Amino acid sequence: MLKRLLSHDLPRSRALAVALMLIVAVLLVVPFAFPGSKSLNVAAKVLIFIVLVASYDLLLGYTGIVSFAHTMFFGIGAYGVAIASSRMGAGWDALAVGIVLALALSLVLSLVIGLFSLRVRAIFYAMITLAVASAFQTLASQLSEFTGGEDGLTFRVPEVLSPSFEPFEEEILGVLIDGRIISYYLLFVVAVVLVLLMLRIVNSPFGRVLQAIRENDFRAEAIGYRTVVYRTLSNVLSALFATLAGCMLAVWLRYNGPDTSLSFEIMLDILLIVVIGGMGTIYGAVIGSALFVLAQNYLQDLMRLGAGAVEGLPVISELVSPDRWLLWLGVLFVLCVYHFPSGIVGRLRQRVQAAVR
Amino acid sequence: MTATAASTNPATPPTATPAQVPRARFDAIPLLLVLALAGLALPLVGSVPTWLTLTLAGLAMGMIVFIIASGLTLVFGLMDVLNFGHGVFIALGAFVATSVFGLMGDWTGSASVAHNLAAVFAAMLVAMAVAGAIGYAFERVVVRPVYGQHLKQILITMGGMIIGEEIIKVIWGPQQIPLPLPQALRGSFFIADAAIEKYRVFAVVIGLVVLVGMLWVLNRTKIGLLIRAGVQDREMVESLGYRIKRLFVGVFVVGSALAGLGGVLWGLYQQMVVPQMGAQINVLLFIVIIIGGLGSTLGCFVGALLVGLMANYTGFLAPKVALFSNIGLMVAILLWRPQGLYPVTSR
Amino acid sequence: MSTPVLQLDNVHTHIGAYHILHGVDFTVPQGEVTMLLGRNGAGKTTTLRTIMGLWQASRGRITFDGQPIGGEGQRLSTPEIAQRGIAYVPETMGIFSDLTVKENLLLAARKARTVDDLDTQRLEWIFGLFPALKKFWLYPAGKLSGGQKQMLSVARAIVEPRKLLLIDEPSKGLAPAIIQNLIGALQELKRTQTTILLVEQNFAMAKALGDSVAVMDDGRVVHRGRMAELAEDEDLQRRLLGLSLAAHQ
Repeated sequence: MLKRLLSHDLPRSRALAVALMLIVAVLLVVPFAFPGSKSLNVAAKVLIFIVLVASYDLLLGYTGIVSFAHTMFFGIGAYGVAIASSRMGAGWDALAVGIVLALALSLVLSLVIGLFSLRVRAIFYAMITLAVASAFQTLASQLSEFTGGEDGLTFRVPEVLSPSFEPFEEEILGVLIDGRIISYYLLFVVAVVLVLLMLRIVNSPFGRVLQAIRENDFRAEAIGYRTVVYRTLSNVLSALFATLAGCMLAVWLRYNGPDTSLSFEIMLDILLIVVIGGMGTIYGAVIGSALFVLAQNYLQDLMRLGAGAVEGLPVISELVSPDRWLLWLGVLFVLCVYHFPSGIVGRLRQRVQAAVR
Repeated sequence: MTATAASTNPATPPTATPAQVPRARFDAIPLLLVLALAGLALPLVGSVPTWLTLTLAGLAMGMIVFIIASGLTLVFGLMDVLNFGHGVFIALGAFVATSVFGLMGDWTGSASVAHNLAAVFAAMLVAMAVAGAIGYAFERVVVRPVYGQHLKQILITMGGMIIGEEIIKVIWGPQQIPLPLPQALRGSFFIADAAIEKYRVFAVVIGLVVLVGMLWVLNRTKIGLLIRAGVQDREMVESLGYRIKRLFVGVFVVGSALAGLGGVLWGLYQQMVVPQMGAQINVLLFIVIIIGGLGSTLGCFVGALLVGLMANYTGFLAPKVALFSNIGLMVAILLWRPQGLYPVTSR
Repeated sequence: MSTPVLQLDNVHTHIGAYHILHGVDFTVPQGEVTMLLGRNGAGKTTTLRTIMGLWQASRGRITFDGQPIGGEGQRLSTPEIAQRGIAYVPETMGIFSDLTVKENLLLAARKARTVDDLDTQRLEWIFGLFPALKKFWLYPAGKLSGGQKQMLSVARAIVEPRKLLLIDEPSKGLAPAIIQNLIGALQELKRTQTTILLVEQNFAMAKALGDSVAVMDDGRVVHRGRMAELAEDEDLQRRLLGLSLAAHQ
């Protein structure tokens, strides 16, 4: 039963399975086990990033395409919900309209970009997506009547999801249930469903063809698969999932601006996570996102301790300064690209293979 | 790049008069495009003095972008390596310049033109040296292990950029640092009603020097010949007995040094430097080298001028459209010449 | 019996998972033209590329001028092999299309810094063999006709004296008249005692130029001998190459 759910794509490593179960379990009980708005925010961000990075893994890990336009689709999803909710007022219908329109726009854009650019070499495609994403970010801040410009849009969500909604008078398990917690569980369910869906896709015949194309597109074409069609489809699917992640983001934050979803820093974060977590595994996105978001929020405190220890020394104190954690992440990223292309998940699985031999 | 002028050759037999010997015709259309764009802008802008100021600004910006992008396009043409981390050398050059200016404060502050220029040239030289040295390390450590693997290249050079930016923040701090122009380069000349900024003229001059230098090396020296041949067919150049791999490093180092030089000029143009300044113009660089034709120096030059002019004209006429104008320019040119303005035939 | 210029002993080459050369043995004597014949896919081009170091021999030994240049043990890079005195004229000709004829030749002349350094006498001799190169001296090489490009490719290999020329199917895709010109030029070249290893499918050309011959099939050398003997033995020709002399005039 579990196998069917995971589309027969098992973790294949006890350590990995344990880690995954741990992450899922913790995410499930965060509102009760770690009460407080910061921990809830971090957990929500983990959920959103899991979906976002997994959708990128579909593109990079399984199809072998590097695109820098992923944040654009993320932003489309977020803006879709934001604009619809701002204009139509808070409500489920606004959410529905926002999500559907965002998906439609993403579909069209990813189709156009895919068909136009996937006929060219990988390098060109990467450059073009970089340019397009950059243009889109500028567009979002320029069209201020529509998107709220630099300041972004603040809006309300359906009543059930808003913080002031408190269905129960009594505390349950020591926590007062409010709209935030309900939102959180909504995100949780959506994230689980989307990840399982992605697992289904990459383990289907379609997914196998994608991997064949990634390995040797020439041969795949020779066997008879129209690689352009498959690549475009992968592009579109990846974009759609990213859009949904954006919708999740907007529902949670009840705000969206150009920097919240469209910034290049987020694109870099996605790249870092997908490579370090493990390309072509989907599980890599889960582990990687959890580690990354946790580190982003809590590691800095840890590093601050370390920084205290080397306070006086000129360069070294700067190197371990918590603001420079990206440096070490970058180093880890480069090492992973060289030596561990399948990232953490790959390493964990390798151990199993080695032990079995 | 097509061959330009002929050279005297004692081996050409006297029986063949120059008129009979077929030679390549120089394709000047892209250069004319630059003039056309400037000409088109004049009636749109309206006033000649404003047009002059904008055109000069565009040319200056174009020259700086050319200096930065010239290395990128050659490295790609010769080694098939697209360095997504090229921007880090820009920032490095600019930050080094701030340090040099800091050390030479009395010279930059003095009223003597000679002192000012000396300080600027010192900054340029030091920036180029540092950027070149880091470029060497970058090539050996980051790029060399992934020759031929495009996917990994893109990822790794991006990673290199992240690391580079962070290290810049470690050394110089994360905030922006002002880079004021020395006395002698501030202000403008006035020709009729038009304000001609002194620094912009300076940037154009430097750009032309770099262009002439590059074209001379590429067309008149054997190393340049090797580079142009290597861009077309690396394997054949090796079969002719040349260790082209050694050339790679050299070209990469020169490209990085030029990026450093561009960084100094760019920092002075904006009068301040930020660690992200490299990443900020990454997109612009790619647009320029695609327009120009990957591997073509002259194409890069024309592309940069077009982009610089376009950015300034649209910045004045329709600011909201500025970034799109460059993408629009790229699409228009690709529809006309899909391989860029001066395509390089490869293999 | 002078020492052979080039000797291949049991050379195997793998390209990825494919085992192309299965133990190639032959020698190339000095001052002669050695033909390397065989059907399509026999491994002739692979052999030349392996000699040149473009592909590495996985087993066996390649010895040039008495020194090992490839195979187990000594593995030189392509530039090093070229510098030892081997010139390569590939099947694809390897012309630099954006460079002029002059620049192509200048590049091939390793000792020349500028065009003035080129040996004028040698250049005149080359112009004698290939007049078109004189005419199109300043023309971009990419605009030359197929036959002219082939001439340029050969000219590059001889612009400086080399100990061994490897030429891969020069007649491919050329009109019969041009092939005749080519044969004439190569015969001239032969007169200068240049050592050549020539891969050809055109048997008439082989007969006109070859002194020794090695025939390959399935990545192995299946026959070694003198060209003259093979030219007279129609049965042998049919067995080895599936043709008779009459069919390839």
